[in-house]
Amino acid sequence: MTVQVPMDDASRSYLDRFGELRPRLPGSGLPWLADVRDAGAAAFGETGFPGRKTESWRYTNLASLKKVDFSADADPMPVDQASLPALVYGRESSCRLVFVNGGFRPDLSAIADLPGGATLVSFREALAEWPDLVEQGIQASAPDASDPLAALNAAFMSDGFVLHLKEGVSLEAPVEILAVGTGAAQAPVYHTRNLVIAGRNSRATIVEHHVGLCISSYFSNQVTNFLLEEGALVRHCKVQDESREAFHIAHSTARLGGDAQFDSFAFSLGGALSRNEIHVRLEAPGATCRLNGAYLMKGRQHCDNTTVVDHLSPDTSCRELYKGVLDGEAHGVFQGRITVHPDAQRTDGQQMNRALLLSDKAEMSSKPELEIYADDVKCAHGATAGELDDMALFYLRSRGVPEEAARGLLVEAFLGEVIDGMALAGMRLPLQKNISKWMGDRR
Amino acid sequence: MLEIKDLHAAVDGKEILTGLTLSIGPGEIHAIMGPNGSGKSTLSYVLAGRDGYEVTGGEVLLHGESLLEMTPEERAAAGVFLALQYPVEIPGVTNMSFLKHALNGVRVQRGEEELDAAAFLKLVREKTKTLGISDDMLKRAVNVGFSGGEKKRNEILQMSVLEPSLAVLDETDSGLDIDALKVVAEGVNALRGPARSMLVITHYQRLLDYIVPDFVHVLAGGRIVESGDKNLAKELEAKGYAEFVPEAA
Repeated sequence: MTVQVPMDDASRSYLDRFGELRPRLPGSGLPWLADVRDAGAAAFGETGFPGRKTESWRYTNLASLKKVDFSADADPMPVDQASLPALVYGRESSCRLVFVNGGFRPDLSAIADLPGGATLVSFREALAEWPDLVEQGIQASAPDASDPLAALNAAFMSDGFVLHLKEGVSLEAPVEILAVGTGAAQAPVYHTRNLVIAGRNSRATIVEHHVGLCISSYFSNQVTNFLLEEGALVRHCKVQDESREAFHIAHSTARLGGDAQFDSFAFSLGGALSRNEIHVRLEAPGATCRLNGAYLMKGRQHCDNTTVVDHLSPDTSCRELYKGVLDGEAHGVFQGRITVHPDAQRTDGQQMNRALLLSDKAEMSSKPELEIYADDVKCAHGATAGELDDMALFYLRSRGVPEEAARGLLVEAFLGEVIDGMALAGMRLPLQKNISKWMGDRR
Repeated sequence: MLEIKDLHAAVDGKEILTGLTLSIGPGEIHAIMGPNGSGKSTLSYVLAGRDGYEVTGGEVLLHGESLLEMTPEERAAAGVFLALQYPVEIPGVTNMSFLKHALNGVRVQRGEEELDAAAFLKLVREKTKTLGISDDMLKRAVNVGFSGGEKKRNEILQMSVLEPSLAVLDETDSGLDIDALKVVAEGVNALRGPARSMLVITHYQRLLDYIVPDFVHVLAGGRIVESGDKNLAKELEAKGYAEFVPEAA
């Protein structure tokens, strides 16, 4: 193993830790995995944590993350069954995997009888029972080597969930993932790796809920790889409600075959610093994706949504809508790149991001990019940032709606466009309640 | 009921109302007519309490209580309703939800119980029937994609739900064809009553054929320069404003 020593101490300490932990990481007997881990460490070693000079990290500063001495093997504070109901949305789910500080907790989880041809297990178990499947999934979706945090995840990845659907298998009920962050003797870091392998014409909906059960800091470094074969439909809905001191960095990749459809929705309201980065490759005709996000940030919270969509084949389409509300000194970031490759004729790509600023000190940074190398395409992007509509506020108040309630209504209406547009109808009400509560807490 | 005394108001530091005095009794309908720029809209916004309209002198009393210190929502609870010349579109808020928040907002401020969903629905159904407003219009976002006539009917619906004691109608006829105007006027006339006063602000006499006022005032240069009965409106229609406003061409 050769690792180039990076410049800063924080990055070096992660590599030192990797050297110590390496023999104890899951799947240590699998040569291909050892190679993946070493390659991840080496890639991270070349750059260390990205700084502002790294283009894709220009608006998200990791200085505060580097200051914390996170532990990769601290024992989590206890979490029991009794503390779970308050954390999950809606009706009792028959299929729920619970993770505490990144580690799978079978005692808290419930896995219903899935239809034949569907497998849902922890990453650790998958490595033990179906290493070939995990290898296939990870190799097929090699994360963008230019992202140092995804590389770090490749080195350390220790648990997560693996969902595999054989051809034609359809899951009626959503699969629920509850990822709980709790305190530990030392602020914990966990590198979660999730894999979703959807065979031809299979269907699944995944609801991920990340929630903090503590007020202290932790670092959740997530990578999720989606592989959608021809005609597969995967809906992914993620709610990020981490502790207000937490760091949540999530990197997702998705590869779509012909007529496959990928829906991603990310709702962010927690964390001191969070980032959702999604890379989608539309590889065959008819592949289509919808990437949507909503966020509510206040205080000094920072939320980054970064999307990279590659149209690699003719007749692919993508719709992106991100909307956020920023209060206090919060900072929102949206970066969206759409690349239409030379043969990708008749690409249809639409991207929009809008931010509502409730305070003079809130800030929004937007960077839409279109790179088009085909001539017969429809592509559009737009970005706005502004305050609440004065006239609408006056109109509501003149009809007797008190000022704060009027603001709340307008904020809910603003985000409503994204929430109503999301595929998973059952999540709309809980999300709307989250918005009302957030507005209520502002007062 | 409404007493406006020597009202002065400025927008962006420029004085628009220059000593306006007007008294409206219970159940009376007063029309204010005037050329563009005479201060008609400013008067309506000052009464409703919109930000940016600075009162620099005088007072406004409703039922003996000063309006000017109140927030717009408090004025609504006190019985003021301003039907806007250009009703605002609010994407994402349904008409039904808007009405419910408005009515319950007013009720709570008055110390009354909020209406539950069933009682509210019953009330709205009664009001929409008389105004010919469809359920579809209630489900749509407030004024979004509404025609000019629908927007104005929607204003009248809000008024009929909130039952104000003072309704200010700002250029309610603008943007309406004659059929739509008749429908809106009928709605307004249905809301006339001994406890409800109205101030109808208009540039043209046409509206006053359908909403017949008890008194007509001419507003020019920020104050009332002439008052009379409904015949004054006809006179204005025939002669124009020049006689009252020498500087207005």
